[in-house]
Amino acid sequence: MEGTANSMSEYLSVLIFIFVGIGSVLFTFFLSRLIRPHNPYKEKSIPYECAELPIGDSWFKFNNRFYIFALMFVIFDVEVVFLFPWAVAFGELGLFALVEMIIFILILFFGLFYAWRKGALKWV
Amino acid sequence: MIDYTSAGIDFGLIAPEIALLVTAFVILLISSIRRLNAFPIYIAFIGLVVTLALSIQQWSNQESGFFGMISCDNFGIAFKILFSATSLLVLLLGYRYMIARGIDRPEYSALLLISTMGMMVMANTTDLVVMFLGLEIMSVPLYVMAGFARRSLRSNEAAIKYFMMGAFASAFLLMGIAFVYGASGTTELRRIVADISFISSRHGAYIYAGAALILVGFGFKVAAVPFHSWVPDVYEGAPTPVTAFFSVAPKAAGFAVMLRIFLFGFADLEILSDVFWVLSVLTMSVGNILALRQGNVKRLLAYSSIAHAGYIMVALAVGGEEAVSAAIFYLVAYTIFNLGGFAVVTLLETRSGCRSNFSELPGLAATHPYLSAILALFMLALGGFPPTVGFLGKFYLFAAAIKSGYIWLAVIGVMNSFLSVYYYLRVVKASYFETSDEPFTPVSYTPAIVAVLIITAVGTLGLGFFPQQLLEFSRSAIFAFL
Amino acid sequence: MSDYLYLIPLFPLIGFLLNGLLLGRLPRVVVNIIACLSVAAAFIISVLVFFELKALPPDVRVIEQTLFTWIPSGILQVNFGLLLDPLSAIMILVVTGVGLIIHIYSIGYIAHDPCFGRFFTYMNLFMFSMLTLVLADNFLFMFVGWEGVGLCSYLLIGFWYHKKSASDAGKKAFIVNRIGDFGFLIGMFIIFWEVGSLEFRVVMEQAPVVFIAGGSLITTICLLLFVGATGKSAQIPLYVWLPDAMEGPTPVSALIHAATMVTAGVYMIARTNVLYMLAPDALMVVAIVGAVTAFFAATIALTQNDIKRVLAYSTVSQLGYMFLACGVASFSAGIFHLMTHSFFKALLFLGAGSVIHAMSDEQDMRRMGGLGKHIKITYITMLVAALTISGIPGFSGFFSKDEILWKSFSSQHGHPIFWVVGFVTAGLTAFYMFRLIYMTFHGKERMDEETRQHIHESSKSMTIPLMVLAVLSVVGGWIGMPHIFGVSNFFEHWLEPVMAGGSYEPVSHALAAGGGDVGMEWGLMAASVALVLVSIYFARTFYKTKPQLATAWRKKMSGLHQVLLNKYYVDEFYGAVIVRPLIVFSLFLWKVVDVILIDGFVNGSALVYEGVSESLRRVQTGRLRSYATLFVFGVVILVAYFVMD
Repeated sequence: MEGTANSMSEYLSVLIFIFVGIGSVLFTFFLSRLIRPHNPYKEKSIPYECAELPIGDSWFKFNNRFYIFALMFVIFDVEVVFLFPWAVAFGELGLFALVEMIIFILILFFGLFYAWRKGALKWV
Repeated sequence: MIDYTSAGIDFGLIAPEIALLVTAFVILLISSIRRLNAFPIYIAFIGLVVTLALSIQQWSNQESGFFGMISCDNFGIAFKILFSATSLLVLLLGYRYMIARGIDRPEYSALLLISTMGMMVMANTTDLVVMFLGLEIMSVPLYVMAGFARRSLRSNEAAIKYFMMGAFASAFLLMGIAFVYGASGTTELRRIVADISFISSRHGAYIYAGAALILVGFGFKVAAVPFHSWVPDVYEGAPTPVTAFFSVAPKAAGFAVMLRIFLFGFADLEILSDVFWVLSVLTMSVGNILALRQGNVKRLLAYSSIAHAGYIMVALAVGGEEAVSAAIFYLVAYTIFNLGGFAVVTLLETRSGCRSNFSELPGLAATHPYLSAILALFMLALGGFPPTVGFLGKFYLFAAAIKSGYIWLAVIGVMNSFLSVYYYLRVVKASYFETSDEPFTPVSYTPAIVAVLIITAVGTLGLGFFPQQLLEFSRSAIFAFL
Repeated sequence: MSDYLYLIPLFPLIGFLLNGLLLGRLPRVVVNIIACLSVAAAFIISVLVFFELKALPPDVRVIEQTLFTWIPSGILQVNFGLLLDPLSAIMILVVTGVGLIIHIYSIGYIAHDPCFGRFFTYMNLFMFSMLTLVLADNFLFMFVGWEGVGLCSYLLIGFWYHKKSASDAGKKAFIVNRIGDFGFLIGMFIIFWEVGSLEFRVVMEQAPVVFIAGGSLITTICLLLFVGATGKSAQIPLYVWLPDAMEGPTPVSALIHAATMVTAGVYMIARTNVLYMLAPDALMVVAIVGAVTAFFAATIALTQNDIKRVLAYSTVSQLGYMFLACGVASFSAGIFHLMTHSFFKALLFLGAGSVIHAMSDEQDMRRMGGLGKHIKITYITMLVAALTISGIPGFSGFFSKDEILWKSFSSQHGHPIFWVVGFVTAGLTAFYMFRLIYMTFHGKERMDEETRQHIHESSKSMTIPLMVLAVLSVVGGWIGMPHIFGVSNFFEHWLEPVMAGGSYEPVSHALAAGGGDVGMEWGLMAASVALVLVSIYFARTFYKTKPQLATAWRKKMSGLHQVLLNKYYVDEFYGAVIVRPLIVFSLFLWKVVDVILIDGFVNGSALVYEGVSESLRRVQTGRLRSYATLFVFGVVILVAYFVMD
């Protein structure tokens, strides 16, 4: 297959690029190792966090409700994503598309209603 | 203005899907107004029966519509029938279990229905984007269902793992579709088929990379090695009826799509056959070998489901009408006896404290002769013993492989079946020949689960003796497809 | 009515399922009713379809019913199809009729056994299998019935499985039958290979085209099928299981090992007569085996003392007659004898059962005697049966046996030697039958006092079947009277459409027309009747009037007597030549090949798999990160492979 042969040569340049890239990084590390001083102490090993001393573990629990609100946001996000192109092309689409979009919004509204009834909108 | 009449806007084509969606919405609506646990199940039941009837009624209606996005052919309709029947059985078998575990919330039925709808969309389109849409409609409810036992850590773990890996796989799938679109300028399989030689000569690497990534995405859903690692943890952690659903329906949906994409869309890519050959052998071998040492029936069934995916993949490697109809035959048969096996496990787990370890099986045969006999029947079917339909399914698959010259593949498949018999019979051995000091807590039957057990057992044996109807079904399911 | 043909095997199947699934939960009366009613229903439908068939013109007397396709696999299309033609019509009448009578008899016989449910379950399963066998429209479906009756035979011989001799006999029957089945199967395979179908109709139509008449291929097929027949129908060399099968309950011996199952081989050969007509050499073999078996078994029967064993060897001998008939291409005569034999031999066995019942389970005739005055009905009916089997004119056995003798003499495929063997055997038959009658019912009462006190006539449910069968034994032969009696042979004409081309027909027609051979036929008939009468006289002399004479003869010919008493040492011969070496060989296989080689290999590979499984399990850590790593690993390899190609 010709096409494959062509793209293979393209990939060869990518491969060379990868090697050169990795190689140059390694080379720099190697160079700095040659010339830097080697003097580790405790304060130096602490992770840098805006000059504050880190307290506790960086893995801690977020409040679950953020997640639910994020999801609620997605509902309207998706709605807007669909509404924009629909609005732009509305002139060509006609009545049928209007009905479709109403159905779509109704479905989304139903989701909101469900979430509301289930108490997802309350921050307790 | 767009000409809608020639676009084929025919809601009859998606009547089953609409029925499912409406039912699901009704359930959610009612449950959000009033807190009633029992009757959403009945609504779901009615909805599924209606869906099943609508799907059957569509049979041999070969049409495509909605700008070519929906293809309602016999292949797709066959899967619609399979999916709605599967959901129906899962709904029946899970009812008592969910109550016993205190998780009989109405959302369960709604999620089941929506997921089923997603599968139907997957199986009834030749457009990659719509397939992806169906896949997500199917998957998102599945993630929730996996974590449906909210108080159980294992269930939560299952949900998170499934979700993470699923999202991971979806990303690859989407990228694959993008590659294919980049190479061919379309996501419509029929147009890709028409131009495949031209496309692959110009943009070979892209179409190949796209095919590979699509394979990854659906390989994850059917649990092909090496994309299988989530299966045991998720199957074990999820509520058992959900596991039962996982083990059959998404797998069937994944195969429906893979059969369409790889034996129809990319049928001319010769490399596929070799890849599927290797994947099939890997999948069945790894699944079986890992199942050998399991001490838990649910986990064992999880690995066995991996192995079965490997058997069905034989059809993808072989290709051709006979292999596809054998794959459909096998999927239906596997659904029946695997659901049966899970129905027994569910029934056992309805008793409090039972987690289906092997050590809990002794005494089953002595106290529940019928139940243990049925369990043994399903195990034999899974192992491919005659006269069950499991034997015929394997027979047709491997026969198709041999006829197309894939003799080694068939040989490896048969060897793997032998291997699998070992662990299936361990279940039988544990329930029949081992003794335990602890008394066996009796199970309580409900009409629903008895119905499931009878349907699956009769199907397993009956289709083993009289496969004619199912054979014709699976043969006519490929008419429009190839 | 013929639309309901499938009901004939279905009813016993339902009976089997009901009794089998509810085993131990139904009261005795219900079990009896289910079992008998299902057979009765099958019998009634059989009678109805028989008359429907009879109403059709002779050349269209075929009713086929395809229930559904059983195996649709490429060119191998096998249906669950039923075939009713004059041959199978006769068979279903005999099977359901005699079966019904024996089921009714069994109610009384098995009344004292706690396992009555199991008994009737097996009996109904047998009826189902046997009806499948005779009604099947293809070889494979027939084989299903063939194996089914074999299974039931095994189960029922070993019905009293706690008795070692019974379970051994069951196994023997099963294994010997398997040897025969092997031949049947291979024959079937070759037929399929050559003809491309297993349906009787297609095979029979195609056979003259596909096979060269007299060629080695068709001869091989016929011989292989015949091997199957010798197994099921207890012919030399595979007859050894039948005498041992007498360990089963007596109704079983009557139904399975006398009236129906053992005749399956004869039926099969008649069914495939078109093939046999193409293979004269195979026919010759059938005739020789039949004749030799008839004579050989009759000689053994002369000396046996167990009442059921005498009857068993008699059955082997009579089956030999049927094969002789088939071998001389007179298939209708074979089937005719099959029918009459099923009446009188069932009667003999049921009578023997009644005797054994009366004698408190004693089977040795040396400890009987003088029973005639105690159990009159049994005596009279058995006497009728003895007269029938001996071939006294007017009784059914006379017509059927005489037909065979005459055909073996006159048929194209016949030979005077066959007639001589059959003739002598007829004499022997009369002798051993009347030896049985005299030893059992006449002379001194040789049983012990306690047994004597208990002698009683059996209950009504046992004696009425005896009487019915006695009537059938007498009149059953009248439908097949020879031409020389001036009547048309209904039976032969009835079967004519089934038989191949009538290559033997012209002979008998010529005779009927009144050739010189009519005199010959009369002469031969007279000779055999005379011989029978003489034999009966000798039996009377030896075992009634002058028993000391029998003892003297026995002494004089003690060598021969020993040989006969020990059944020619055939069992011992098989034991030494086949069984013993096989045991030694299988010991070798077990101890060396199996334990060391195979187990070693299996355990070794199991160990390997366990190791692999263990190490693969390590990958399954439960950590999402390692899963994702594996996933990506897979993606990279897959994509690389695709793109590199």
